Amino acid sequence: MTLELDHVSLSVRGAPFIKDVSLRLERGSLNVLLGATLAGKTSLMRLMAGLDAPTTGRVRMEGRDVTGVSVKKRSVAMVYQQFINYPSLTVYENIASPLRVAGLRKAEIEERVLSAAKLLKLDPYLQRTPLALSGGQQQRTAIARALVKRADLVLLDEPLANLDYKLREELREELPRIFASTGAVFVYATTEPTEALLLGGHTATLLEGAVTQFGPTAEVYRRPANLPTARVFSDPPLNALRVTKQAHTVLMENGTVLPASGALAQVPNGVYTIGVRAHHLGVEDVATAERTLAGNGLIRLGATIAVTEVTGSESFLHMDMGAERLTALVPGVRRLEPGAPVEVLIDPRRILLFDAEGQAIAPARDAAAA
Amino acid sequence: MSSTSQPSSRAGAFVMALYLAFLILPIYWLVNMSLKTNFEINTTVSLWPNEITFEHYIKIFTDSSWYSGYINSLTYVALNTIISITLALPAAYAFSRYSFVGEKHLFFWLLSNRMAPPAVFALPFFNLYSAIGLFDTPWAVALAHCLFNVPLAVWILEGFMSGVPREIDETAAIDGYSFPRFFIKIFMPLIASGIGVAAFFCFMFSWVELLLARTLTATNAKPIAVTMTRTVSAAGMDWGLLAAAGVLTIIPGALVIWFVRNYIAKGFALGRV
Repeated sequence: MTLELDHVSLSVRGAPFIKDVSLRLERGSLNVLLGATLAGKTSLMRLMAGLDAPTTGRVRMEGRDVTGVSVKKRSVAMVYQQFINYPSLTVYENIASPLRVAGLRKAEIEERVLSAAKLLKLDPYLQRTPLALSGGQQQRTAIARALVKRADLVLLDEPLANLDYKLREELREELPRIFASTGAVFVYATTEPTEALLLGGHTATLLEGAVTQFGPTAEVYRRPANLPTARVFSDPPLNALRVTKQAHTVLMENGTVLPASGALAQVPNGVYTIGVRAHHLGVEDVATAERTLAGNGLIRLGATIAVTEVTGSESFLHMDMGAERLTALVPGVRRLEPGAPVEVLIDPRRILLFDAEGQAIAPARDAAAA
Repeated sequence: MSSTSQPSSRAGAFVMALYLAFLILPIYWLVNMSLKTNFEINTTVSLWPNEITFEHYIKIFTDSSWYSGYINSLTYVALNTIISITLALPAAYAFSRYSFVGEKHLFFWLLSNRMAPPAVFALPFFNLYSAIGLFDTPWAVALAHCLFNVPLAVWILEGFMSGVPREIDETAAIDGYSFPRFFIKIFMPLIASGIGVAAFFCFMFSWVELLLARTLTATNAKPIAVTMTRTVSAAGMDWGLLAAAGVLTIIPGALVIWFVRNYIAKGFALGRV
């Protein structure tokens, strides 16, 4: 089955929550909704499920218009970020609940529940109630209930956000595999770019209720169509620098003038935004940069260290360049004192280039390759 | 540590014991009186009965003018509790789950109903029920008490219901539950303690309320409290009998409190703990 959102919008008391979203999710596909908190991921999922009706636009399942059709009459399963189960029922009855409502035969219910429980490693806990389980087990119960139903549309709203690290890794690997065989449209909402990349499939990036781009996950990451997409799909935050191109030179916001190289050499004069991911920024102290890097084609910018954070074997360097704040993720432990002058190095082949409206300019083939 | 805390905890225990004795004294005296003969009550002051007698209790359980009072009271209290909870459940659900025009005002107005003195409503109820033939039936009292108990039950239940995540309702809808089936099978077990507490408050209010109960009944549906106030005879007060009736009146309330004792604090906070 396919799910199609056709120019769907949602306003609540005049405030727009979802702005003109059009998406086509294919049968058996894994789709990630990526966006910060309050970007509209949950609102969009509720529209997909039929828990809310869109203010304007149509929702179609398998070509059939289901806008305004009650969720009870749709083939949908949903898992929430909070662990939602029926506390008064046992784990077995929780998982069996959609099947009991559907009026399946007892033997069939038992078979489906047991196989789902086995898949999610819940078989030892079937006679307990959900509140007697750990968080991970509670969420597995909710997932099992979504699984047994064999719904056409499976919505997972940040299902792993409230789990501890190890469980999250484990379940993230299992989830796409578990649902892949069902042929359902699978939608997964997350705030973490890394999670989207790990899940693969297709990704829709959401910003303030609008989808900024939808496409294969790796494609969206490597070649974001616009600046908002690049910002949403970047953790740590994207470094964005406004530049003005004039003839063969590039003027930075802080007054630095550089020769136009790489993608910047081929664009007409005007205002642009350069996007550089944190791990593509190089940082050297001034002396080293002078000695070793002269004339190798890197863009060099002077900045001062603001904050250094060391996370194990990598270091985050936050730097000030004029009024702008840059973040670099560099390998190794780098302890630089706040205020220390450094050279920021940018490889022109690895920049994302956006025009004044924030639209991506056809990037070089290898631009920003991970 | 223990040497400093011991004397203060002993003092605390003493104060507590004193306070409990103070609270329990009238109840003890009531029980004490109910087991004495009227002669002993009228002639001596004794801490315990010289000669224990159950004649007062026997009279209450064998004389229909007495035990029917209990039956009448329990009938309208039970009716009232059932009606109040049945009406309050859907109302509280609406307040807790939906927003509608004037919701907050309506909700507060419900509570303000609870603030009016029952005496205000005695006359209109008397007149109305006399006109439609409900006067002197358990229904008269049960319905009159709804005026106070339904709002109270709505408030208590709304608090408990708001503690249940809305996502559970949605999950049930996604699973395909019809609303009544969801409400009875999934939702009510989740707020069972709330229903218990609300029922308790309805029971207690209806059980102790005297003014409306007395105004709206005459003979057929006379509640026990009214029976008790009408025991003055030419021979004077029948103290022992009254005391026995008093003891029996305390028992149902005490029993109900025992059942909901673990939830009562939450109930007093109207479920908002």
